[in-house]
Amino acid sequence: MLEIKNLVVQIEDNRILNGLNLTVNDGEVAAIMGPNGSGKSTLSYVIAGKEDYEVLDGEILLDGQNVLEMAADERAAAGIFLAFQYPLEIPGVGTMTFLKACLNAQRKARGEDELSTPDFIRAVNAAADKLEINKEMLKRALNVGFSGGEKKRMEILQMALLQPKFCVLDETDSGLDIDALRIVSEGVNALRAQGRSFLVITHYQRLLNHIVPDTVHVMSKGQIVKTGGKELALELEASGYAEYRASEAA
Amino acid sequence: MADVTNLRSPAEAGLSKLFESSRKAFASDQAISREEAFRFFEATGLPSRRVEAFKYTDLRAAITEAAPPAEAPSEDAARAAVAGVKGFAEVEAARLTFVNGHLVAALSDLDRIPEGVTVAPLNEALAQGDARLKLLAPVEQVRENPIYQLNTAFLADGALISVAPGAKPRTPVHLRFVGTGATAFSTATRVLVEVGAGAEFFLLESHEGPAGLTYQPNDALDVHIGEEAAFRHTRLNREGDAAIALSTLSVRLDARAQLETVNLVTGAKLSRHQIYLHVAGADANAVVNGATLLGHGQLADSTLLADHAATGGIGREMFKTVIDGDSTGVFQGKIIVRQVAQQTDGKMKSDCLLLTDDGQMMNKPELEIFADDVACGHGATCGAPDEDLLFYLMARGLPRATAESLLVQAFIGEAVETVTHEGARDALIGGIEAWLAARG
Repeated sequence: MLEIKNLVVQIEDNRILNGLNLTVNDGEVAAIMGPNGSGKSTLSYVIAGKEDYEVLDGEILLDGQNVLEMAADERAAAGIFLAFQYPLEIPGVGTMTFLKACLNAQRKARGEDELSTPDFIRAVNAAADKLEINKEMLKRALNVGFSGGEKKRMEILQMALLQPKFCVLDETDSGLDIDALRIVSEGVNALRAQGRSFLVITHYQRLLNHIVPDTVHVMSKGQIVKTGGKELALELEASGYAEYRASEAA
Repeated sequence: MADVTNLRSPAEAGLSKLFESSRKAFASDQAISREEAFRFFEATGLPSRRVEAFKYTDLRAAITEAAPPAEAPSEDAARAAVAGVKGFAEVEAARLTFVNGHLVAALSDLDRIPEGVTVAPLNEALAQGDARLKLLAPVEQVRENPIYQLNTAFLADGALISVAPGAKPRTPVHLRFVGTGATAFSTATRVLVEVGAGAEFFLLESHEGPAGLTYQPNDALDVHIGEEAAFRHTRLNREGDAAIALSTLSVRLDARAQLETVNLVTGAKLSRHQIYLHVAGADANAVVNGATLLGHGQLADSTLLADHAATGGIGREMFKTVIDGDSTGVFQGKIIVRQVAQQTDGKMKSDCLLLTDDGQMMNKPELEIFADDVACGHGATCGAPDEDLLFYLMARGLPRATAESLLVQAFIGEAVETVTHEGARDALIGGIEAWLAARG
């Protein structure tokens, strides 16, 4: 599904990713854990196509196609989805207008017909019900005045509607209370399927109790330094990141 | 020090000649003192950048020749001109159609004016010495404005609209101004609106004209809003791309009167829309918004003067400008709060979104406050579209141009969403969408 080879990235002369290699297979849920500043969020932005970063070397292949040559919107149409750590508020842009514009832009890019308004509304309502999103929220400007938990649920709603192939969840658990964490995790788990993979970025093991990963990778200093099964997350929870920080200091 | 006299420009000399030759054709000038108006204009001339109020909009440089006043068109020519106009076409309204600045009765709904409203052609009113003419120039400062005085001097046609006290017609009146012709011309129209106490009135105003022709409309709208009356005004500037369009809105607000005026500018090579408010009665409320979208070397100037001379007035002025290409936006806003106008609450804001590096925006907000118990503020911002917001939208699949359009719509939409009349609001939103679509 996704293969990252020797990725080297810098921003304003600061090297963030140092030859990162990572493979996520079809249908796999991979978790990335690591201390602050290890480059996790940078990785998520570079996969999604943020232009602030300079890619010095390497490639990111989605089903064999190098996405680094594609603009962010083309990557989205190809099936990449980033659930933002801090979803942005866009005053003046209605949530429904936004959702419909995104859905139809992606369909158009893929050569598909636009969704009819009744079909669109049905799809949004169904997804909103599952995520316990109040219909009143959908009438408001995108994310404006939403709580942290509401914004994260709105991210998962977008994911459910857009049906991407490869989902990156950047610290989706941050700012969530226990109930919201459960709702968001159930939303993600409902989307787990063959043909769809996830990269779940988190500091804490607790999210992985809800979204149980197939693989866990530890990231430090812009590289994947250890890979294991879901038990690796539990080890990290017990021992902390000291071992990896020490390796950074070394 | 020796007096310095500016040499008259060819356009100024031309205007003097035109005034002398046209005056015989004008209707009686007793009520409007054309002579006095032209002498005032002659003394000041076309304002140049040396005049503070025209620092960013140099009319002396822009108007290189005096365009002759347009004659009344034939009915066929008027019909042909009106056939293609779009402004507020979808809105049900009683239309008063002006072609080249002349009221065309055959293309107007003079027999379908809403109940409680009367309309009289300005020329009839002038000939009859209508008592309402004393309401012209309802704001003191407008009488010192050269554009307004030029309008008075060359005034060719217009209308007097009266709304009876307490009347609340649901159907708006639409002032539909259309330009047509093959050679340069000028127009000067004046519409006076008197909104009786407790009445509520919707007025739509649209301006359209041919592309590629340097015509020069000069339109003035004088409004007197009576006690507890509401005047809601929506204006569309869709003038042709070579037009030099000058306009003045002057409004007097009596006690507890409400004003809502929103101007959408997408047209004209150069436009200047002047708004003069005189808050004469206590607890009046004014919402004054402007939405301007420019490209291709256009210049649009919105100049506002709000003179609070009574207690408890509320003013909300919001101007939004989108600059594309090598265009220029100008906003000049001045709030005066006289000593008697305690508890005035005035907020004035001008925000600009720059879509290119070649455009420019000039902001000049001013406060003159002589009362000590007031809440007044102003702000001005200028910036490019937020790259983080663009990335967020693109990461959801929107191409960059679509994402940018969505952000422009959201930015400018704030200035038009307050329009009370739903049809008028939709027409403004349609105008914004059309501008974005043409931008590609």
